[in-house]
Amino acid sequence: MLTYIGRRCLYMVPTLFAISVVAFAIIQLPPGDFLTSWVTRMESEGEKVDPAMLEGLRERYALGDPFYVQYGKWISGILFHGDFGESFEFGRSVTSLVLDRLPWSIGLTVFALIFTWVVAFPIGLYSAVRQYSIGDYLATTIGFLGLAIPNFMLALAMMYIAYRVFGLSTSGISPLTIGIAIVVLGTAGTAGTIRILRANLLDELKKPYVVAARARGVSERALVVKYPVRMALNPFVSTIGWVLPGLVGGEVIVAQVLNLPTTGPLLFSALRTQDMYLAGSIILIISVLTVIGTLLSDILLAWLDPRVRLGYR
Amino acid sequence: MPREDPLLEISDLRTHFFTREGTVRAVDGVSLTVPRGKTVCVVGESGCGKSVTARSVLGLVDEPGRIVSGEIWWRRRGQEPVNLAQLGPRSEEMRRVRGGEISMVFQEPMASLSPMYTIGDQLVEAIRMHLPLTQEQARERATDLLRRAGIPRAEERLDAYSFQLSGGMCQRVMIAIALAADPALLIADEPTTALDVTTQARIIDLLRDLQAETGMSVLFITHDLGVVAEIADEVVVMYLGTVVERGGVDEIFHDPKHPYTNALLGSIPRMGAGAGRRLATIRGNVPHPSDRPAGCPFHPRCDAAIGGVCDVSDPPHIVFGEARSVRCVLHDDVHRSSAAEVRA
Repeated sequence: MLTYIGRRCLYMVPTLFAISVVAFAIIQLPPGDFLTSWVTRMESEGEKVDPAMLEGLRERYALGDPFYVQYGKWISGILFHGDFGESFEFGRSVTSLVLDRLPWSIGLTVFALIFTWVVAFPIGLYSAVRQYSIGDYLATTIGFLGLAIPNFMLALAMMYIAYRVFGLSTSGISPLTIGIAIVVLGTAGTAGTIRILRANLLDELKKPYVVAARARGVSERALVVKYPVRMALNPFVSTIGWVLPGLVGGEVIVAQVLNLPTTGPLLFSALRTQDMYLAGSIILIISVLTVIGTLLSDILLAWLDPRVRLGYR
Repeated sequence: MPREDPLLEISDLRTHFFTREGTVRAVDGVSLTVPRGKTVCVVGESGCGKSVTARSVLGLVDEPGRIVSGEIWWRRRGQEPVNLAQLGPRSEEMRRVRGGEISMVFQEPMASLSPMYTIGDQLVEAIRMHLPLTQEQARERATDLLRRAGIPRAEERLDAYSFQLSGGMCQRVMIAIALAADPALLIADEPTTALDVTTQARIIDLLRDLQAETGMSVLFITHDLGVVAEIADEVVVMYLGTVVERGGVDEIFHDPKHPYTNALLGSIPRMGAGAGRRLATIRGNVPHPSDRPAGCPFHPRCDAAIGGVCDVSDPPHIVFGEARSVRCVLHDDVHRSSAAEVRA
C-alpha cells in the first residue's frame, strides 16, 4: 500500500511540472511584458513611475532573460518562498489575495462533491436494482434535466425563487447563497454520476459471483450491498478525477452569479484585466489541487479494491 | 424391491424466457430424478437447457425467465417434501435450501468469487449463513473445508483473493464453499469447462471422492461425454429443452436408444479408429429454442426420421424401467407399425 502511494506521488511530479509550465506560458502570453503595460497605464493616468523601482521589478521577475530563466525564477519563488508574484490590478501579493478566497473555493467544491455523491448514490442504486421501474424512469429523466440545464440558469432560477417566494436576498456570503451554490454545482455532476453508477451496477448484478453468492443463500438485500455495490464503488470514486475540474469550472460562473468570494470570480477578472501573475497562479493552484484530488481518489481506490492494491491488472 | 423416493424429482418442468422477440422455451417439459447418494449427469449441446434446468431447481433463473409449470420435489430425509418450483426465489425457505441443502458449483470459478473479498470471507459467509457457529469456529471449519477440497496451505489461502489463485484453485474454493453446510445435493454446472484438461481430471476426481466421503447426491451438468463415463451413475440426455433419453451410464453408452444419443456417442473421437477417417458429426445446428421444429425437436437432424410422423406429432415417452426411458417413435410399437404403413 505504501509503495503504491509512493509510486503515485512520484508520478505526480511530471504532471505538476507540465502544469506549471503551461501556467507560466499563460502568464507570458500577452504581448510585451506586464511592466510595460503597467507603466503605460500608470503614465496614462498621469502618474510618474520611478525608474529605479521599475528596474527592481524587472530584476525580480528576470524580465530581460530567456523564458527558462524567468520560469526558473518564478517557480523557485513559489516553491521556496511561497511567492506567487504581485497582482498588478490589486497591488497586493497574489499569495494573500488567493489565500483570502481559496478556502471558500475548496469548501464549496468539497461540499458540492459530497452533495453529488449523497444524491447520486441512492438514486443510482435504486435505478439499477429496480431497472425499468417508474422510479428508474423518473430518476433518469430528472438526471438528464440536471445534466441539460446550465449551472448559471439553475442558479438564477433558484435565486429568483428565493427572492420572490421567500423574500430572501441571495448575494454575498450567507448560508442560503452557499447552499444554492452547493446544490447548483452538485446537480451538474449528479446526473452523470447516477448514469455511471446505474450502468456499472447493472453490469455487476449479472456477474457470476452475484449468482454464486445468491446460490449459497445470501439474502437479496445483503447480496446487493455486499457484492455489486462494492464493485460499482470503484468508478464512483474515480469520478473525483473528472468531477473536480468540472466543479472548478462551474464554480467560476456560479460564484459570479451569486457574488461569492471564491477564486472563480477572481480568476475571471484577472483574465479580463490581463492580470497575468494572478491568473496564472490561480490556474496553477487549482490545477495542482485537482491533481491532488485525483491522487486522493486513487489512494481511496487502492484502499477499496484489493486488485489495485495488490497490483493486479 | 421398490426404489426409495428420489432425493430430487423434477417433473414436467417448463422454464420459459419472455423476451421482446418472443417466448424462448429453454426448458420445455423436463422430467428427471436424482436418487440419494448417486451422481446423475445431464448431457447435451450448448443451449439445450441443461443449465437452466439446474438453475430452476434453486430459483436462480435470471429475468426475463420464469418457471411456467412443473414440479421440483425436494425430499429431505425425515421431512415433508417441498416443491421448490412453488417457492418464491426470494423466500426465506428457498434461501435456507440454497447452500444449506442444495449447493451449486459454476462454470467460471474465477468470476464466481468476488475479487473484493478474501476467499476466507466468502467461505465463512457461506458457513455462518447456514450453521450456528462463531467467527472463530467458522474459520476453523473453513480451513478444514479448503483442506478437504485439496488446497495446500489452507490456513494461508483463507486470506488470499480469487485473482491470486489459478482457475483450478478457485474451483476448489467454490467446491469448499458448496460443502460449507454439508448439503444433500451438489449441482455442478459444467464445473470443469473453463479449466485445462489436467485440472479437469483432478476436479472430477475430487468431486467423486467428496461424494463417496459424504454420501451426497450430485447433479452434474456437462457436455463432455468423457466426464460422464467417468462419474455418472445415471445419465439424462437433453435436446432443445426436453429430455430425449434417460438411463444408467452403461445403458446409455452401450445401448443408446435415441438417435440423438447415438449420434452424440458417434461424434466422440476414438484412439485407433482409423487415421484419415472423418469424425462423425451431427449434421446441421441446434435450432434456436425460439423456433423449435414441430414434432420431435431433433427430426431435422435425425438420420432415422420418418417423414409424416416425426415432423408432425410429438414423440411418445416410452418407459423401459424405473430410470430408463426414451422419447422416440422408433421404440414405440404402435407408431412403428403405422410408420411402416406410411412408408409402404
